[in-house]
Amino acid sequence: MRAARRLRRPLAAGGRFALLAAFVAFCAFPFYWMLITAFKSTTDLIEVSHNPLVFNAPPTLAHVRQLFVETQFGQWLLNTLAVGVAVVAITLVLAVPAGYALARLAGRGGHRLAIGIFLTYLVPPTILFIPFARIIAVLGLQDSLWSLVLVYPSFTVPFCTWLLMGFFKAIPPELEEAAMIDGLSRLGAFVRVAVPVAISGVLATVIFTLTLVMQEFVYGLTFITSSSAYTVAVGVPTFLVRGDVYFWGAIMAACLIVSLPIAALFTLFIDRFVAGFTVGAVKQ
Amino acid sequence: MDAIALDRVRPRRAAPRWRDDPQALARALLAPAILYIGLLVGFPFLLALYYSVSDATVGARVFHFVGLENFRSAIENPTFWQALRNSIVFTVVSQALVVVLGKAAAMALYRPFRGRALVRFLILLPWVAPISLGAIGWLWIFDPVYSILDWVARALHLIGPDAWPIWLGQPHLAMASVILVNVWRLAPLATVIILAGMSAIPQDIHDAAAIDGAGFWRHLIRINLPLLMPVMLVALLFGVVFTFTDMIVIFVLTRGGPYDTTQVLASLAFFTGVQGGDLAGGAAIALFLFPVLAAVAIGALTLARRAEVV
Amino acid sequence: MIAPGQAPPGAAERPRIVPRAEASAPAPRRGDARADADPAAKIEARALSKGFAEVSAVAAVSLAVRNGEFLVLLGPSGSGKSTLLRMIAGLETPSSGDVLIDGAVVTDLAPRSRNVAMVFQSYALYPHLTVFENIAFPLRARGVRGRALERRVLDASAAFGLEPLLRRKPRQLSGGERQRVALVRAIVREPTVLLLDEPLSNLDAQLRATAREELREFQRRVGTTAIYVTHDQVEAMALGDRIAVLDRGALRQVGSPHEIYEDPADTFVATFIGSPPMNLVRTAGALLGVRPEHLLPRTHFAAAEPITALPVRVGRVEYLGADRLAYGTLDDPWPHDPVVVRWPSTIAAALRAGERQQLFARDTDLKRFDPGTGRRAQ
Repeated sequence: MRAARRLRRPLAAGGRFALLAAFVAFCAFPFYWMLITAFKSTTDLIEVSHNPLVFNAPPTLAHVRQLFVETQFGQWLLNTLAVGVAVVAITLVLAVPAGYALARLAGRGGHRLAIGIFLTYLVPPTILFIPFARIIAVLGLQDSLWSLVLVYPSFTVPFCTWLLMGFFKAIPPELEEAAMIDGLSRLGAFVRVAVPVAISGVLATVIFTLTLVMQEFVYGLTFITSSSAYTVAVGVPTFLVRGDVYFWGAIMAACLIVSLPIAALFTLFIDRFVAGFTVGAVKQ
Repeated sequence: MDAIALDRVRPRRAAPRWRDDPQALARALLAPAILYIGLLVGFPFLLALYYSVSDATVGARVFHFVGLENFRSAIENPTFWQALRNSIVFTVVSQALVVVLGKAAAMALYRPFRGRALVRFLILLPWVAPISLGAIGWLWIFDPVYSILDWVARALHLIGPDAWPIWLGQPHLAMASVILVNVWRLAPLATVIILAGMSAIPQDIHDAAAIDGAGFWRHLIRINLPLLMPVMLVALLFGVVFTFTDMIVIFVLTRGGPYDTTQVLASLAFFTGVQGGDLAGGAAIALFLFPVLAAVAIGALTLARRAEVV
Repeated sequence: MIAPGQAPPGAAERPRIVPRAEASAPAPRRGDARADADPAAKIEARALSKGFAEVSAVAAVSLAVRNGEFLVLLGPSGSGKSTLLRMIAGLETPSSGDVLIDGAVVTDLAPRSRNVAMVFQSYALYPHLTVFENIAFPLRARGVRGRALERRVLDASAAFGLEPLLRRKPRQLSGGERQRVALVRAIVREPTVLLLDEPLSNLDAQLRATAREELREFQRRVGTTAIYVTHDQVEAMALGDRIAVLDRGALRQVGSPHEIYEDPADTFVATFIGSPPMNLVRTAGALLGVRPEHLLPRTHFAAAEPITALPVRVGRVEYLGADRLAYGTLDDPWPHDPVVVRWPSTIAAALRAGERQQLFARDTDLKRFDPGTGRRAQ
């Protein structure tokens, strides 16, 4: 019995290690593969007899050069960033007050309203992009980044309102009560105490909004037609896939260039982000 | 009571200003968001409803009311039923895998160890990468000629030197492949959500269970899972929403093929409505998604709240 | 000598405390004053009620707090004491009734317009601000700026030894330091009244005694009228000039700690205050209350003192060092009701389980309660 237990510990540790290693490999291997593809010379890439896991020829920057020189990747990055910043601003202006109101002020009706707002997040883009296309046309925003700025908050606002509601619920209400007694109005307590205290949650929301914007593909593909107005998620597959010809190296480089910084940022805020996620859903 | 005293304490019943009145403030703070959602989700949603009962096409300027014609033709189309079946298989199988994988990974990540931050960074990568590009990465991994999977399998002598499995071109293999990519994309999020839920369980409970002599499985089934239920339901809910509404993975990897064996409702709606130009038909198909999602969401949230014990 | 069923003579002689503040007549320090026009009243609650979802949390409570007084609201959880305090602060809107501060009705004013200060159970220090900024917060909110702001914060911090902590964040403070910061933040604006909602309950037992002393000293120094909410009777007795006892939303008695203990207005107050609580014995037509420490051997009374014999059959004895507690039942001719006896260690007489002890109490120490209403019988 004791021997069995003594054996079980290293076994459990080993099992845990093996599990983690497998999971990390599953998650990260495609990125290793992207990395190596992005810097391999094309001849090395397509030579079937080579070991594909390592560099058989010296690494090359040709694909990265292709990405920046032959495509408007730089412009797409700027477009994505511009749309991202504008959408984040709109989202915060709308979702921070709404999330706070649902967490604190709306009372018993607030919970139902919160679920209602969350349900609007479930309306899939596949339903909305057809009417959106008409609305964009009527507004004369076809082929303009403004169309994306207008449309993206339709999924970031419901979701971020939900997230922020969770962050605000996690703040002890006494802090705002103290602020009101100390001389602030209800509104002042929200602006001067609740928001600063929830700031890391707000930042998590910002990063999440950025990832959603960066990921979005369907609206971008539908509304934007000229290459100079593409975002990264649309421009790269549109330009670097020519019929059956894929410029693998350049595509992989593009994916890495946008993913790595966001993943690093996300890692910093992941705990806050998840806290808001779960509190919003579970706590009354 | 005498008049003087009354006068001295005359009530200052000034109407409270909106900045202090919770209800007025709630209305003021909620109005912009609700207005926006109403205009940019509610209105288009109604428009979609309208399209679904019209004969709208991309080019047409004038629509006619056709009743439930679009729904009827959708239901009569065998592809629709295949897409519905595929949607369900795609969602259920990938979510089952995501939750099991997420839970296992969260348990492995629960206790701190050197390099945990790096591991977490690596695990998060699939979630933050733009999925249209990540999926193309997988397209390269599944490439019929240069597939790294084939190469590794051949190197390990799992398949013969002349076997060339076409990952995305054979019906069952194609479905397995898109499920794999979807799991890859969603498992990280489930892991961190479950991890957060686990950290919220007081250590006392684990200690008490250990003292009571609960072994690994008993502990998992009697303590861990019930306490984690709300959080896992939330993770599941988001996974289902992402899976059911998303078409990018399928759009990039298989375009619904081969022979519609990976066609799901979301991608079918896209191909019908946008690429096929049949706005009305696309809208009708897309609308089938919503009631399912709403039911799943309300169910999951209700269960999560009911299951909440800590 | 009182026979079972006979009224104790002392009961009728003294004026009774009626558990309504308007008539809390024997005002200990400032003479008789009716709350309706109490010139000394700093804070007043008039028939204040609050219902939450059909449950009445506070029911028609009227209470006057005098200038400079330290009033404790004491009651078990759910008694409505915190709700009452929050209505005075303006954090809850009363369903009916009024709050008056300095003679003016403030019921509809926002908390910030009442010039009240509050110390919360958790202290509610702003976690994102330094100690300096925490203390400056109420001043900034009132438009104090620049040198004046700095001077007032520094003066107040210096007076309570907070200067070394001014640049720290709340999370870097100990429990006692947090309390001091919360108190200084509360008084720096010179509020009309200081409201305290169980500010000691987050401290451990040892720190709590020191903190209590510090708190009382603090209030005496600044001289601000204070209302203090607690469920701990020891805190209430130690801190309060007067104590208001609440139960299920109703005010049961207001009086000095001495009055509350010696002259409980009803059986709730009698059994809530004191540890162990007052013994209640059923007699014909009345409940007879006697404190455990008032049951003594014959030798402790003068020969001429009017006393009543209360024989006790001892069941179990607890030795607590300074005291002994005996749990038993009354014996014939009384009904066999459970009683507790508390003897200080200065009483040498033996207390043994199973024995019948012939004990006595002064007739003036026997309180009569109406068995129907639980109120003191005249």
